[in-house]
Amino acid sequence: MKDDAPILEVRNLVKHFQVRGGLFGGRAGLVRAVDGVSFEIRRGETLGLVGESGCGKTTTGRCILQLERPTSGQILFEGRDLTVLDEDALRPIRRRMQVIFQDPYSSLNPRMTVGQIIAEPLAVHGIVTDRGRRATRVRELLSHVGLLPQHAHRYPHQLSGGQRQRVGIARALAVEPALIVCDEPVSALDVSIQAQIINLLEDLQAQFGLTYLFVAHDLSVVRHISDRVAVMYLGKIVEITDRKSLYDSPLHPYTKALLSAVPIPDPVLEAQRERVVLGGEVPSPLNPPPGCVFHPRCPIAIDRCRVEVPDLREIHPAHRAACLLA
Amino acid sequence: MGTLLEVKNLKTHFVTRSGVVRAVDDVSWDVGESETVALVGESGCGKSVSALSIMRLVAGPAGRIVGGEVLFKGRDLLKLSEEEMRRVRGREIGMIFQEPMTSLNPVLSIGRQLTEGLEIHLGLSPTEARRRSAELLGMVGIPDPERRLSQYPHQFSGGMRQRMMIAMALACKPSLILADEPTTALDVTIQAQILELMKDLSRRFGVAMLIITHNLGVVARYADRVNVMYAGKIIERGTAREIYANPRHPYTLGLLRSVPRLDEPRRARLDPIEGQPPDLTRLPSGCAFTPRCAFSVDRCRVEIPPLRAVNGTGHVSACWEAERLGRQATAVGS
Repeated sequence: MKDDAPILEVRNLVKHFQVRGGLFGGRAGLVRAVDGVSFEIRRGETLGLVGESGCGKTTTGRCILQLERPTSGQILFEGRDLTVLDEDALRPIRRRMQVIFQDPYSSLNPRMTVGQIIAEPLAVHGIVTDRGRRATRVRELLSHVGLLPQHAHRYPHQLSGGQRQRVGIARALAVEPALIVCDEPVSALDVSIQAQIINLLEDLQAQFGLTYLFVAHDLSVVRHISDRVAVMYLGKIVEITDRKSLYDSPLHPYTKALLSAVPIPDPVLEAQRERVVLGGEVPSPLNPPPGCVFHPRCPIAIDRCRVEVPDLREIHPAHRAACLLA
Repeated sequence: MGTLLEVKNLKTHFVTRSGVVRAVDDVSWDVGESETVALVGESGCGKSVSALSIMRLVAGPAGRIVGGEVLFKGRDLLKLSEEEMRRVRGREIGMIFQEPMTSLNPVLSIGRQLTEGLEIHLGLSPTEARRRSAELLGMVGIPDPERRLSQYPHQFSGGMRQRMMIAMALACKPSLILADEPTTALDVTIQAQILELMKDLSRRFGVAMLIITHNLGVVARYADRVNVMYAGKIIERGTAREIYANPRHPYTLGLLRSVPRLDEPRRARLDPIEGQPPDLTRLPSGCAFTPRCAFSVDRCRVEIPPLRAVNGTGHVSACWEAERLGRQATAVGS
């Protein structure tokens, strides 16, 4: 149930953080965590946002949720620009956007029971004011995420990692959101449990018509769950397109290197694989390189890449890449 | 190829408020000279406790090795004095951990942390130790090693810290390196660099490696032999090729099927292992995997299956239904 109007439009999003170095807090620097990012997500769609640590994918998610105020740019959610709204005007909109975090243990209050955790947003947003009805709604939400009614009386530490993540999902669902930002929702879970949670997220999307921004570093998981995928590097999107084009015919050398770095659980195939092992490391966003931010590690960079910043341009229909040589 | 490390009937228990946890429950395995062996499994399966037990670093008084032998070059490490054991750690067996930041000393320079072992274990002079340290940093691909020696761990990136850990592990030319989730905290592109480096160095110096990981992909590329652990026991063992092409335990099969793979067409739905990981204080009687197993029969609920040979290649599986599993997997594959 994808409809063509975007539910979310991010336009030229910039988020810089001031940092102070040195003993006396002098020598201020600027971390360019997100540096001009634009994309849109259609209703009912899953957009995967991938990249390595420090690429700005989590900050992008936090800006969309208005947990960080962007330095500049626009975030249009259901047609309204969130960046110009004050806290009061934002409150009703916050209900429409929820988040699922990586580590369900640190994002659940250890002193509240599962039932209280799930009921809290219902009370805070005044969605279900009657206590009895709230308990009914909690049981309903528990069953949506594959937990039993008796789990309502447990505390987070009495649950396994997978069960805790289910509680996190139930809490997000409680307020009937339209968009959920999933920030590495399975990377802290055991392999055998990851697949359970991914299947659950897909079922819930189909059932409630949810839209997901799926932030993750695991390219295999992202391919499985996403309709479209954006690849970030050092605060910028370097490639964005539908799942099939990205995985079958990647255009940006960084995307190609990422894909070739993913280990495949088959010793015979692994032995035959030719891989692009990138040299060097991601430069500091305090001092990004001039020209294309990827050029110091790029296996095909030419002189122009050192001076010219490549635009994210459409190479094939609906397939955009920020590379002069694509 | 001789046997370098032989773990026999090792048992490590932890006393907790909810009962005794048999973290490592009568487990036997070995590592040959210059061989790379993997211990694979999910959190709580006992893979890390196995490594800590070998090094006698299990945190007491809650945790205790209650039985078994750890024969390293024929000597039982469990019978050594603390003093003798200190000469084994770092000198004969090197270690690499998941999070290098917590295993490096933040207030000592990189140089000092490298030279310490060289001076104590190998009796090098400070000048010699410094020269050798620079050489080691260069070998693990850290540019400008001379200058780097006077820096501190926080000035290194995650990947560089892991390179530094590898340099430390190799410093005294050990014959075995224990690597506990060596790349789990790293980004994919850095992970690829570190794994290539470890593989290259272990070949070049003929060092044997024990890799402990939850990542089946990492194991596929780097291990000669694989031990799969579940609830404190080894439930399957074989060459990497055998384990991946012909898994004979439902848990191994489930793990392999549950991960989405880039080399295969995208499936509409993932195939998870249902249920929850086992609670080690309340294990069922019989096979611990029974509650999650799609192949279980009545016998599984009462009798713990021992490791039995699957074929003549040293492939063993602790499953009563291993043969049926083999027939079914072949039928699916063809």
